[in-house]
Amino acid sequence: MSDKKELQVAALENGTVIDHIPSDKLFTVVSLLNLQKINTNITIGNNFESKKLGKKGIIKIADKFFTPDEINRLSVIAPNIRLNIIRNYEVVEKKQVVMPDELKGIVKCNNPKCITNNEPMTTWFHVIDKEKGVLKCHYCEKEQQKDNIKLI
Amino acid sequence: MENRSLVTIAEHSKERIMYLLEMAKEFEKKPNRHLLDQKIVATLFFEPSTRTRLSFETAANRLGAKVIGFTDPKVTSSSKGETLKDTIMMVSNYADIIVMRHYLEGAARYASEVTRVPIVNAGDGANQHPSQTMLDLYSIYKTQGTLENLNIYLVGDLKYGRTVHSLLMAMRHFNPTFHFIAPDELKMPEEYKLYCKQHNIKYIEHTDFTSETIADADILYMTRVQRERFTDLMEYERVKDVYILRNKMLEHTRPNLKILHPLPRVNEIAYDVDDNEKAYYFQQAQNGLYAREAILCDVLGITLDEVKADTLK
Repeated sequence: MSDKKELQVAALENGTVIDHIPSDKLFTVVSLLNLQKINTNITIGNNFESKKLGKKGIIKIADKFFTPDEINRLSVIAPNIRLNIIRNYEVVEKKQVVMPDELKGIVKCNNPKCITNNEPMTTWFHVIDKEKGVLKCHYCEKEQQKDNIKLI
Repeated sequence: MENRSLVTIAEHSKERIMYLLEMAKEFEKKPNRHLLDQKIVATLFFEPSTRTRLSFETAANRLGAKVIGFTDPKVTSSSKGETLKDTIMMVSNYADIIVMRHYLEGAARYASEVTRVPIVNAGDGANQHPSQTMLDLYSIYKTQGTLENLNIYLVGDLKYGRTVHSLLMAMRHFNPTFHFIAPDELKMPEEYKLYCKQHNIKYIEHTDFTSETIADADILYMTRVQRERFTDLMEYERVKDVYILRNKMLEHTRPNLKILHPLPRVNEIAYDVDDNEKAYYFQQAQNGLYAREAILCDVLGITLDEVKADTLK
C-alpha cells in the first residue's frame, strides 16, 4: 500500500510515472522529454511533500513508455529520478536513470571559444567520471562539472 | 573509408610516435620527393600564422604537391558568415588534404567529422597543435639520440603555453623528469600536475632561473613571457628579466644540452646565445619541415616502408 502517497493525483491505467523529481527541475524534465509534443493525458504535479527531497514533482504520462536513451538524458539534471512503468493500474517495472557514457545535444559547452558555441552543430560530451559527474567536451577537450552545466 | 586525420597526438601510442619520427628521419635524408605528385594540399588559415603556414606549404611543395588556400580569413566567405562546415565541404571538392588553423577550439575535430578528406590540425585555439609537438619530439630525439629518461626544463609561460602542455603529454611514454621554471602567475596549471601524477611523470617546480637551476638539463625549452598575460603589471615588471636566458648561464651546463624555443622569440633568449652550439631553435624550426612531410604522407596512407623504399630511388 506504499503507493498511496503517489495517488495524490489520478491513477494511471497504462503509462509512466516519473517520481522524485526535485521541484526546481520539474519543468526542465518536461522539456528534456519533449512532453509538450505528446498528445495523451499528462498530469504534472509539483511541490508535493517528499521525505528525501523536501519537495518533489511528479509527472504521469498516459500510454507513453520511454526508451533508455530518453530516460538517461535526465541523469545530468536529476540523477535520483524514479520511473514507474504502469500497465493495467499496476507498477510492472521500476527504472532508475543511469548516467550514459556520452551526452549528445543535451549540454552546452561552457567554453566560449569552443567550436560548438560558434557553429550550428550538436554538442557531444564524454562522461569521464560518473560518480563526480565530470564531462569532457569531445571537441575543445575542456572538462566541466555536472553542477555547472547549462542545458541547450 | 578510415579517416586518417591528425587532430591531436595526445592519444598516440609510443609506437605510433616513434613510427612518425622514423618517417621524419627519412625525409631529413632526402627532403625532395615525388610522393605527392598530382595531389593538392589546401592550407586554410582562419587565423594568420606565417611560420606554420610556410612550413606546411614548403613540406607540400617538396613532396611534389600543389598548394591552394587562404592566409587571411578577412578575404574568405567565413567573414560573410559562412559556417566552418560549408567551407570545409566546399574545399573538400578540390583538395586531397586540408591543413587548417582555426581560432576556435575543437574546430579541427569537427572538420574531420564532416569530410572524408583528411584534416591536419595546424592549431585550434588554445587546444592542440600536433605538428609543433611532432617537431619538438623530433628535435629532442635527434639531438639526444633517444627520448628516454631525459631531464627536460620548461621555462617561462607554463600557464598558457599550448606547446609545453602538449609536449608534456606526449613525453609520458618516455620516463622524463620535468622541471617547471615559471613566475607564480604563469606556473604550470594544476590539471597538468595532476596529469603528471596520474602518469608517473616526475616533476620539480622552480621560480628562480639561474645557471645552478639548469645544470642538469638535457633540454631547455624556452617560451615567451607575454606582458598581456599578467593581471598585475608590477609583477610583470618584476619578473620580465628573470626568465631571460643569457650565454654566461650556459657555462656549466651539460655538453649534450640543447635549447629549444617554438619561436617567435622576443627577448627571452639573449642574442649572444645564438652562437652557442647548444642553441638549437633555428634547426628546430627546420625539423618542422621533415615532421610535416611525414604528417602529410601519413594522412594519405603512405607507409614508412614506402617512404624508405623511395629514399633509395
